[in-house]
Amino acid sequence: MREYSNKKNEQKKAYYNDRFYVAPQIPKDEVQSDEVFAKDVEDLQSSFDIKEAYIQRGQLVVYINAKDIVNVMKFLKEKLNYNFLSELSAIDWLAKSGEFEIFYQMLSTSKRKRMRVKFFIKEKEEIQTVSNVYKSADWAEREMYDMFGVRIIGHHYMKRILMPDDWHDHPLRKTYPLIGDEEAQWYEIDKIFGKDYREIIGPEERDSARIVEKDTHRFARIKHEVPFGAEYSDTPIETDYQEEGGIPIVRKLSKKDVKILKERP
Amino acid sequence: MAQHKINYLSEGGLPVALTTVDKLVQWGRSNSLWPLTYGLACCAIEMMATGGSRYDFDRFGTIFRASPRQSDVLIIAGTLTKKHSPFMRRLYDQMSEPKWVISMGSCANTGGMFNTYATVQGADRIIPVDIYLPGCAPRPESLQYALMLLQKKVRTESASRKLKPKRLV
Repeated sequence: MREYSNKKNEQKKAYYNDRFYVAPQIPKDEVQSDEVFAKDVEDLQSSFDIKEAYIQRGQLVVYINAKDIVNVMKFLKEKLNYNFLSELSAIDWLAKSGEFEIFYQMLSTSKRKRMRVKFFIKEKEEIQTVSNVYKSADWAEREMYDMFGVRIIGHHYMKRILMPDDWHDHPLRKTYPLIGDEEAQWYEIDKIFGKDYREIIGPEERDSARIVEKDTHRFARIKHEVPFGAEYSDTPIETDYQEEGGIPIVRKLSKKDVKILKERP
Repeated sequence: MAQHKINYLSEGGLPVALTTVDKLVQWGRSNSLWPLTYGLACCAIEMMATGGSRYDFDRFGTIFRASPRQSDVLIIAGTLTKKHSPFMRRLYDQMSEPKWVISMGSCANTGGMFNTYATVQGADRIIPVDIYLPGCAPRPESLQYALMLLQKKVRTESASRKLKPKRLV
């Protein structure tokens, strides 16, 4: 049994109470506080509709319209010298507002600045690919499709990247259970043996702390080992590598014949 | 004339040992268990260390083979994901009888710490396992011990083992 711990410890209160740690919002700075970013936002504003822009932890965050994304990316690459697209993914807000928040993390090595382009889309809405502008978007967009089910238009190879092709649902959505839905839990059984084998193999054992001493199908007790599925035995047995009396050619080593040296010769 | 002449009739008797075919065959098999070169995750690093010169698997007659057709033992060294499970089953099916399986490490035994949607919760859901080796990752000594126990198991088996599956899987 797990040792008793005092859950009234004030210092560890947050650990016991907040199941999911909610990070406090980082303060937002004005765009004008950084002249490089102020210039960037001004340039962007001249061609595109900017919904919101601020600086967080020294990084510019810009909210745009979903339809502008490819042109904004081209503009950032060609005019504003953001030459890296380092990360691209989605955030699941489906339960809150039925939307995905898509973000593109950019890096400019010449300006030594990072910025983030963001926009919201509805659940079934499709977005244009940016893999023609930045090559690094290729796999990132496939991963976004795989994990969230965000569909991309114009991608040259729109296929799941991590999960198998016949996988059901998208695992990084908040509605997806951590241990998987029914399809996922029986995936390997269904695929290898067929659905009829579900009854024979049985459901997955998910409780890692479960111990049934007398179940010799699943458990073995040290020095009381029995063959698979045999009757549980309480009498200890000697688990030894070598057979009693040895086998032909190989002689059994007995403890009496062992000589232990006190120091290296 | 030989320098050291041995009179078999007077000194120690004839060079004959009586045994059974079972014992002889299984003695041969147990001392040439060839595992498949097959690593899945970090346990494979320990498996490679076991094969290396410090721990030296070769002295057990254990030589890693690059083909399932030539292998006797499948060491499941690492996390088995659901995406990979059909391939592992295929490799196991491609091995010729007699064949044995060592499940190496917590992930292969029970899924280990990966209590997630993408991990097979114990490789024995897919293929029958002979030796379960605990540890995360097991030290090379443990893998050696597992192999030695498997050798012992092989020696107790009958040589003409029926080609029936050990379990339903």
